[in-house]
Amino acid sequence: MPIETQISQPPSRLQLLIDRTFRHLCHGFAWFTVISIVFIILQIVIAGVPAMRQYGPGFMTGTVWDPNTGQFGILPEIWGTLYSSLLSLIIGTAFGVAAAIFLSEGYLGEFVFGFLKLFRVHFHPVYGQLPQQIEDLLKNLIELLAAIPSVVYGLWGIFVVIPLIRPACNWLHLKMGWFPLFSTDLSGPGMLPAVIVLAIMILPTITAISRDALTAVPPKLRMAAYGLGATRWETILAVILPTAARGVFGGVVLAFGRALGETMALAMLVGNANRISVSLFSPANTLAALLANNFPEARPKEVAVLMYAALVLLTITLLVNIIGAYILQRAAAQTEGGH
Amino acid sequence: MSAHNPPLPPQVALDPFEGVDFSDLEKSLQRPRTLMSALLSGLVTLMTLVALVPLFSVVWMLLWRGGRRLSLSLFTQLPPAPLEQGGGFGNAILGTLIIIVLAALISVPVGILSAVFLAQAKKESRLAESVRFAAKVLTGFPSILAGVFAYGAIVLLTGGFSAVAGAIAVSILMLPTILLTAEDAIRMVPVKMKEAAVGMGATTTQTVWMVLLPTAFPGILTGVMLAIARGAGETAPLIFTALFSNYWPIASGQVHLMQPTASLAVLIYNFAGMPFDNQVELAWAAALVLVLIVLVTNLTGQALSRRQIR
Repeated sequence: MPIETQISQPPSRLQLLIDRTFRHLCHGFAWFTVISIVFIILQIVIAGVPAMRQYGPGFMTGTVWDPNTGQFGILPEIWGTLYSSLLSLIIGTAFGVAAAIFLSEGYLGEFVFGFLKLFRVHFHPVYGQLPQQIEDLLKNLIELLAAIPSVVYGLWGIFVVIPLIRPACNWLHLKMGWFPLFSTDLSGPGMLPAVIVLAIMILPTITAISRDALTAVPPKLRMAAYGLGATRWETILAVILPTAARGVFGGVVLAFGRALGETMALAMLVGNANRISVSLFSPANTLAALLANNFPEARPKEVAVLMYAALVLLTITLLVNIIGAYILQRAAAQTEGGH
Repeated sequence: MSAHNPPLPPQVALDPFEGVDFSDLEKSLQRPRTLMSALLSGLVTLMTLVALVPLFSVVWMLLWRGGRRLSLSLFTQLPPAPLEQGGGFGNAILGTLIIIVLAALISVPVGILSAVFLAQAKKESRLAESVRFAAKVLTGFPSILAGVFAYGAIVLLTGGFSAVAGAIAVSILMLPTILLTAEDAIRMVPVKMKEAAVGMGATTTQTVWMVLLPTAFPGILTGVMLAIARGAGETAPLIFTALFSNYWPIASGQVHLMQPTASLAVLIYNFAGMPFDNQVELAWAAALVLVLIVLVTNLTGQALSRRQIR
């Protein structure tokens, strides 16, 4: 048989060459990914070092930011970053976990199923699909919250949230001004509007991860609890949540990392005031907002200082994120063992 | 046998339900346990509804305040000066597109080829572990720090704000989504198909290009679309890399990549804080356009992934 008509043949030398090149190319790009991350982090660290030498750890405890006199301190920003993130985390976790329970318990599906039952179409080939479809729709709606750009949330916060909560906040200040949380009035941008918007932004993260953790709880455990006569909520509180706790917690830590690094909504809503206050209505500042507001017009000396601030932010968020990822990994390993 | 058996218990007809109050077994909201359960169910439902209110409020405000101003001239005119009436943000839309395309040109090849490597790598490969770890670190990387990096590495180096610097910052944020989704998509290709290709004598490269990538294509495209949706909405990495500009990024047939470039996101940020009604209205209209771009890309990506699962 002449060699031209054979269908199968060993790869030609050219094909082998292409193969080897392509494999090296993929290998190279993988290295490129790793090296560029290292480069990005090193770049921020190196850029921060000169200011770090000059200002030392006192930079992190100073409270004045004045480029004209060359005095720089970021204690108010560190405080604002942690305070806003923690407050939004409390709100976001409460609502996020509630939504996750609502989704994983199939409340909405049950409701739609009951509704269909009234018309006796609950096993209908088309309408019977509705409960599942509406559940999916709700899940997607909550995930859409994460798709909206943060700058749009900032805009919405300025023109919707602030006017909406301002009368209530000022009333609270008037009546209960002795209480530290209400010790100032809300004159416009401030901590509370920023916290509310931040909570909305981290909610989808918490809901998505918590829901995954809750649905990963082996059904056996739930059935066992029901079999012992527990009510739905006794089951949730005593069996399901404790079993899924690590996954939920991992999600909360990741959301915390996101809140720490979130920039635009805070830069637009927090008020950019160099102030340390526990009041919910006082303007404040955060590390990310400080960078966003001062970088565009910064002079070289201030740029060096801002790089130091960026380094502090990088350290905090990297730590929180790595801890969160570690917890989630442990949680996944634990549930795998539970089956 | 033992000598004496224990006395047998007296034979009484046992009622197994003796002492059981049947009304106890019925579900009744008067019992604290059941009431508690019902109340908590109500609370969770309420909280979920409250969590959805912002979404509807944002969409409503965008349609109401942004939709009012929507017209064709928005797409063809330049941003107005303070106190000037009218105007549009055609240059910002174009700028956003340029930045996104540049960012995708960087992150798509790097992401997909790294993913090919990951999907082919042996389990114990240290490099694969490091790539995955790096991608996970990047997922939680604050977007503003990508801007700080691009400022230090590109803006200071080239001596000016530019679309390229902005695109590099955005590409850093797009990379992990593309990489991790593409790896998943390639891994989902049935092993049989891969083995069939190898069995017919295909080289690794041929297997990748003719079997793995075409089969995984919808999944990879989903990742790319989601990354683009995220990148288009990013503001923080752009405000001090691409900055803003009141002029067209394309002038006299030339694309000015090394000039400050306008983008929708930065326009919203700049105009939202201005005390002029015209600018604020433009910010809302720009937000509507931006959200439309982001949502359409996002939903298309999700629809693609759903088709792949079927």
